[in-house]
Amino acid sequence: MLKSNPTSCSNAPILKERGQREVFCGLTSIIWLHRKMQDAFFLVVGSRTCAHLLQSAAGVMIFAEPRFGTAILEETDLAGLADAQQELDREVERLLSRRPDIRQLFLVGSCPSEVIKLDLAKAAQRLSQLYAPSVRVLNFTGSGIETTFTQGEDECLASMVPVLNESGQKQLLVIGALPDVVEDQMRNLLSAMGINDVAVLPATSAKHAVTVGKNTIFVATQPFLGETHSALERRGARHLPAPFPFGAEGTTAWLNVIATEFGISNERFEQVVSAPRARARKAISQASEVLSGKSVFFFPDSQLEIPLARFLVAECGMTAIEIGAPFIHKGLVGPDLDLIPEGPVISEGQDVDLQLDRVLKARPDLTVCGLGLANPLEAKGLTTKWAIELVFTPVHFYEQAGDLAGLFSRPLRRRAALSREAAA
Amino acid sequence: MKLTVWTYEGPPHVGAMRVATGMTNLHYVLHAPQGDTYADLLFTMIERRNHRPPVTYTTFQARDLGSDTANLFKTACQDAYERFKPEAILVGASCTAELIQDDPGGMAENMGLEVPVIALELPSYQRKENYGADETFFQLVRALARPVEKTAQITCNLIGPTALGFRHRDDIDELSGLLSDMGVSVNVVAPMGSTPSDIKRLGAAHFNVLMYPETGETAARWMERDLGLPYTKVVPIGVGATRDFLNEVSQITGLSPVVDDTRLRLPWYSASVDSTYLTGKRVFIFGDGTHAMTAARIARDEMGFEVVGIGCYNREMARPVRALAKSFGLEALITDDYLEVERCIENLSPEMILGTQMERHIGKRLGIPCAVISAPVHVQDFPSRYSPQMGFEGANVIFDTWVHPLVMGLEEHLLHMFRDDFEFNDEAGPSHHGGHAAQRAPSVDSVDLEPTKGLELQSQSLEMTWLSDAEKELKKIPFFVRGKARRNTETYALTQGVKKISVDTLYEAKAHYAR
Repeated sequence: MLKSNPTSCSNAPILKERGQREVFCGLTSIIWLHRKMQDAFFLVVGSRTCAHLLQSAAGVMIFAEPRFGTAILEETDLAGLADAQQELDREVERLLSRRPDIRQLFLVGSCPSEVIKLDLAKAAQRLSQLYAPSVRVLNFTGSGIETTFTQGEDECLASMVPVLNESGQKQLLVIGALPDVVEDQMRNLLSAMGINDVAVLPATSAKHAVTVGKNTIFVATQPFLGETHSALERRGARHLPAPFPFGAEGTTAWLNVIATEFGISNERFEQVVSAPRARARKAISQASEVLSGKSVFFFPDSQLEIPLARFLVAECGMTAIEIGAPFIHKGLVGPDLDLIPEGPVISEGQDVDLQLDRVLKARPDLTVCGLGLANPLEAKGLTTKWAIELVFTPVHFYEQAGDLAGLFSRPLRRRAALSREAAA
Repeated sequence: MKLTVWTYEGPPHVGAMRVATGMTNLHYVLHAPQGDTYADLLFTMIERRNHRPPVTYTTFQARDLGSDTANLFKTACQDAYERFKPEAILVGASCTAELIQDDPGGMAENMGLEVPVIALELPSYQRKENYGADETFFQLVRALARPVEKTAQITCNLIGPTALGFRHRDDIDELSGLLSDMGVSVNVVAPMGSTPSDIKRLGAAHFNVLMYPETGETAARWMERDLGLPYTKVVPIGVGATRDFLNEVSQITGLSPVVDDTRLRLPWYSASVDSTYLTGKRVFIFGDGTHAMTAARIARDEMGFEVVGIGCYNREMARPVRALAKSFGLEALITDDYLEVERCIENLSPEMILGTQMERHIGKRLGIPCAVISAPVHVQDFPSRYSPQMGFEGANVIFDTWVHPLVMGLEEHLLHMFRDDFEFNDEAGPSHHGGHAAQRAPSVDSVDLEPTKGLELQSQSLEMTWLSDAEKELKKIPFFVRGKARRNTETYALTQGVKKISVDTLYEAKAHYAR
């Protein structure tokens, strides 16, 4: 079992820099959100840049008609705002008539729509009335001036909280979009312990009505859900702080916090977790042969950095040099920070040029960074893991623990496998 | 406001980045919100560049708005100047910064930097990526290039190649070789591969070779007028175009256009009997204007295809593309709406598409083979091997690229001969594609996350039915022509007022459409 360290990172000073931030904006979250919510459409109100980002960030083209698109603002929209609202109504009408399968429509704000103060909340309200009850229209921001990468998911989930139905029933609400296979594994673990009243936000479709109320206890599977956390507390729900369910020990600790809250006996808990935990430990030990004793440096990307560093340090024997995160919400990542021994620089925000100076000086064995930096750093002889894969790949809970370790060990094994002569 | 699902071109500042990233000792300070840095990965991932694009983004956030975005810009600009020590600086704004009207150009000019500062005004809500590249290069040339003494030997500049360009890297090599065979050496290649100092000595050349009108024409026109540099109008993609290009250079320089073409294989490969089956293949062509137009000529005159549709996504090239289409007896499709392109392809049901990565996906969905001829680029468009589009080697590459998605000649013949053989059944597909037809196996490089519809084989009209004998007969026709046979038969039946399609209808239609 994980033990919190008396000299942990939780009270370490946080290095805050202000300079160029090499990060995605919140719109990027749409790439996985639209897969998770299968009756939802995400309509970005923005510029050509937004549309170009969405198609480039996906890395692959999601063919057929994806359930997202961009209403591109044109010169005429910028001239007068009343006009833009009408234009939006027209585009939504076209969209919904072509896609009768859509039950939830999200109007997603962007940098330009926020700068011209286009009121998407008003539009969502108007359109909701117009298309109720078949389509629910909500709005949230994914703009780069407000959100970084995964904060788009946070804003999206937070936008859903006020419209969730009230329920006084004692229930567990799990927040964070997970791949279906992983979500099923989680539900199985919880129900094996005897916890069956489990709701997940976001649900796969609007049909599965998620409720919330004073007797709702919520736990997060993703560390970037600060706004959703506050929105749920405003609805009277209570948060269970826990280390995030990465690796054998992280998953055990996460489940244990829930088991304790729901009064599950130790015997029952052990009965449920012992076999998958043993499997996970075995899988991790294979991958961590390569990782053990190596150093790691995290560039800020998704806010997953602190929980993942906790996994690499506590379960794979790595040493962290710097753990950079775009934003640190101690209410959420506090339990993971407690488990990381003092030593690494904890940084929030970014001045990418200064951070690059640091990484080149430190020359870590493994650098976790975004796609814009990975090849340039590889060319300078560093081994990198591109961070976006950690968000797109199933990595949570016991059965993915080995895969998660593998994501970090593969770049090191690859570098070792390629003969120096061929690379030179 | 216009709903867009996929775009052929990025915003204009990405075009400016293509110019800056292709060059060295130049730095671009871009006033832009956080998130716009995504554009870096186009260069580091798609093109596999081993360095970051020379771009500093101010990455302002909401809290900076209204307070000090202007100071943020000045700090970023000063820091970039000191850190990167460029010979010249480009400054500009992305779509969001354009709205807050900080005037980066004015600010940078007043900072007293000791290098030339070139301010870019790129209207993000009107124009797109190619315009951004063309305008940026023009502004650079206008700011830096001055009349200089001509080189003693006959030299030219290669104008237009940029970072993230479709095969620009290899086209430069191929053209340099061709020109060198004629006795012309290259003074400067720009923007890709040049420095601001090189831009200053563009005028030393005797003429310009305009490789890509999309990204270099405005600069080429300016140099013609202000530096007295004539420029070539023929884009040497294809055998005929390459020969025309050599003649054009000969007219400008007085040198002989005759060069060694012993490596050129396209004409013989096209004439050899295995290629007989290419005759009259109905192709649809779509891409940027330059690549679409050159492809049309190759398709008709060098491959013996029938061009059934042609279009481009960049409106700047609408006029010449329309004129060319007219000369082919067609109406050009000028649009940047990929759904419209898809509808057009569906209606024309060509046997092959020559398009971009977008059309490759459309082709995959409709079960039509596609070869890629133009940007927007994909990691596949940067092969490690030498594969130009221009010149004689370019023609060879194009022959191979276009034939590859098709079933090979002898193989098509065998499929007819052994169509009842279990190994040549419908599921087999071209043997060099791993044994699966395109519409059944999404390729690994671009995962289809949405279910594909597959080839629609329903009757066009609900009142029309296929009699079971006819249905069976249809199944005997090889899969890669079956869709066309079905559509032709139904169209024929419709014109004849036939409601029940029999085996006879099928063969009457076949005779009707025989060529």
